[in-house]
Amino acid sequence: MPLRLLAALPFIGILLGVPFVNRVEPLVLGMPFVLAWIVLWVVLGAVIMAVIYAFDPANREPVDESTEVHS
Amino acid sequence: MSIALVLIAAVTAFALFLGVRARRGHDMNLEQWTVGGRSFGTAFVFLLMAGEIYTTFTFLGGSGFAYGKGAPVYYILAYGTLAYILSYWMLPPIWRYAKAQRLVSQSHFFTSKYDSPALGVLVSLVGVAALIPYLVLQLKGLGIIVATASYGAISSTAAIWIGAAVVTSYVMVSGVRGSAWNSVVKDVLILAIVLFLGIYLPIHHYGGLSDMFRAIDTARPGFLTFPAKGSSVSWFQSTVALTALGFFMWPHTFGSIFTARDERIFRRNAMVLPLYQLILLFVFFVGFAATLKVPGLKGGDIDLSLFRLSIMTFDPWFVGVIGAAGVLTALVPGSMILTSASTLLANDVYRGALNRKASDASVGILARLLVPVVALVAVTFTLNGGETIVALLLMGYSFVTQLFPALICSLLKRNRATKQGAFCGILAGVAVVTVTSTMHLTVGQLFPFLSDGLKDVNIGFLALAVNVIVLAAVSAVTQPRTAAETSHAHLH
Repeated sequence: MPLRLLAALPFIGILLGVPFVNRVEPLVLGMPFVLAWIVLWVVLGAVIMAVIYAFDPANREPVDESTEVHS
Repeated sequence: MSIALVLIAAVTAFALFLGVRARRGHDMNLEQWTVGGRSFGTAFVFLLMAGEIYTTFTFLGGSGFAYGKGAPVYYILAYGTLAYILSYWMLPPIWRYAKAQRLVSQSHFFTSKYDSPALGVLVSLVGVAALIPYLVLQLKGLGIIVATASYGAISSTAAIWIGAAVVTSYVMVSGVRGSAWNSVVKDVLILAIVLFLGIYLPIHHYGGLSDMFRAIDTARPGFLTFPAKGSSVSWFQSTVALTALGFFMWPHTFGSIFTARDERIFRRNAMVLPLYQLILLFVFFVGFAATLKVPGLKGGDIDLSLFRLSIMTFDPWFVGVIGAAGVLTALVPGSMILTSASTLLANDVYRGALNRKASDASVGILARLLVPVVALVAVTFTLNGGETIVALLLMGYSFVTQLFPALICSLLKRNRATKQGAFCGILAGVAVVTVTSTMHLTVGQLFPFLSDGLKDVNIGFLALAVNVIVLAAVSAVTQPRTAAETSHAHLH
C-alpha cells in the first residue's frame, strides 16, 4: 500500500519542483538544467511504475496471456 | 515531380494498402470496426496509445513550438508521464466496466454509469467538438508537409484535400485495425527519423548539443527558461496538470482502452510509455536547432521550422523520407480521430438521442457514411484557420478535460455526483472554454487584480474549476433522498 505513494513523487517533482530549477546552467547532458530536470522525472516515473508493477499483488494472479493476438 | 514527392506518394499508397488489407479475415460488425473485437495485446494497445502521442502535433507542432516559444515546449514532455502514472489505476476499472457492459464508446460509458442517455449525448458532443480541432491540426500538418516537400509544386490546399481523401478511404474500409497496422510502420519510421534529426542537426549546425544550447542562450537570453510572464512557470504547471488529466479523456484514446484484451496491459504500458516519451526530446532539439538557422517564421508558420531546416540541410530524397514519415504521423492519428468522431455521431448522438431502436448494422453503416462528412468539416476549418498546431491541441484539451471530474466520480465506490450534477458541470466547463477561446481571453484579462503568477494559469483550468463547483453544487441539490447506492432513475 504505501508503495503506491511513490507514484506521487513525479507529480511533486514536475509540478512543484520546476519553479526551483528554472535555469539554463549548469547544462546537464548538454540540456538546459530545467529541461534535464523534467527528463529526470520522466525516467524516474518509469522506474517507479516498474517497482509498483513488480510489487502489486494484482499482477501476481496468473492470467493466461502467453499468446499475443497479432492481427 | 520531385523525388521527395514520389517517396511521399509511395508511402501513402503503402499505408492505404495496409489499411485495406487489415480488414481481411474479420467480420466487420460495429464492435469489430471500432474496438477491434477487444482482442489487442500489449503491443497493439501500446501502439494505439503511443500513436496518440506521435502525431503531427509532436513532429511539427513540437518542433515549431520549441522554435517559436522556447522553454514552454517542455510541457509536452511532462504531461504524458503524469498521465501514464494515473493510467495505472484509472484505466483497469474503466476497461472492466466497459467489457462487462459491452461498451464501444466513451459516451456509452457515461450513459451507463450515470444511467442518463442525455449525459451520453452531451459527452459525445463534447468529444466531437474537441476532435475537430485535433483533426484540423493533423490536416494542417499534412498540408505543410506535402506542400514543402513538393518544393511548391503542390499547394497546401491541394495537399490537405488529398490527405483527407486518403484518410477517409481507409477508415471507411478498415476501421481501427487499419490504424493499428499503420501505427507499426509509422512508429518505426518516425522513431528513426526523429532520433537522427535530433542528433544530427545540432552537431551539423552547432558542433554539439551543449554548443547549440549555449549559442541559443547567448543569442536569445531567457529563451531556454520559463519567462516571468506569459508562458511562465505557473502556465507550465497548470497546463501540465490540465493536459495530464485530459490525456485519456479524448474519445479516441478512451476508445483505445476498450481494444485491450486484458487489464494488465495498461499497468505494463504505464511503466514503458513514459520512456517512449523521451523521443520528444529529439523533436525539441530539431526546433531549437532551427531557431538560429532559419529565423523569421512567425505565428502559424512556426510549424514549418522542421521542414525549412531539413530543406536547408539535406538532399531532396531525404526530405522525401522525412515527409513520408510526417504524412504517416498525420494519417494514422487522423484515421483514429475520424473513426471516433463518426462512431460518436452515429452510435451516441443518432442512436442515443434520435433513434433509440436503431440496429447495430444500421448504426455501423451510418458511422461509415459519416466519415467523409466529418472529414469535409475538418477540411473546411483547416483551410480557414490560422492557429498554430499547439494552440489547436490545447483548445481540444480544454474541452475534453471537462469530462474528467464526472468520470472520476463515477469510478468511486459510492458516486456522490448525480447525473444532473455531471451534466451541468460539463456544460458549464465547456461554456467557459468556448467563450474564452473564441474571445481569446486569458485569466489575467478576466481577473486583473490577481498576482502575476496566477494570471498565467491556463484558462482551461478556470473552466475545470467552474465545472467542479457546478458539479458539486448541483449534485448536492439533486441528491436522491433514498440510499445513495440505488440508481436515481426516479428523477426526471
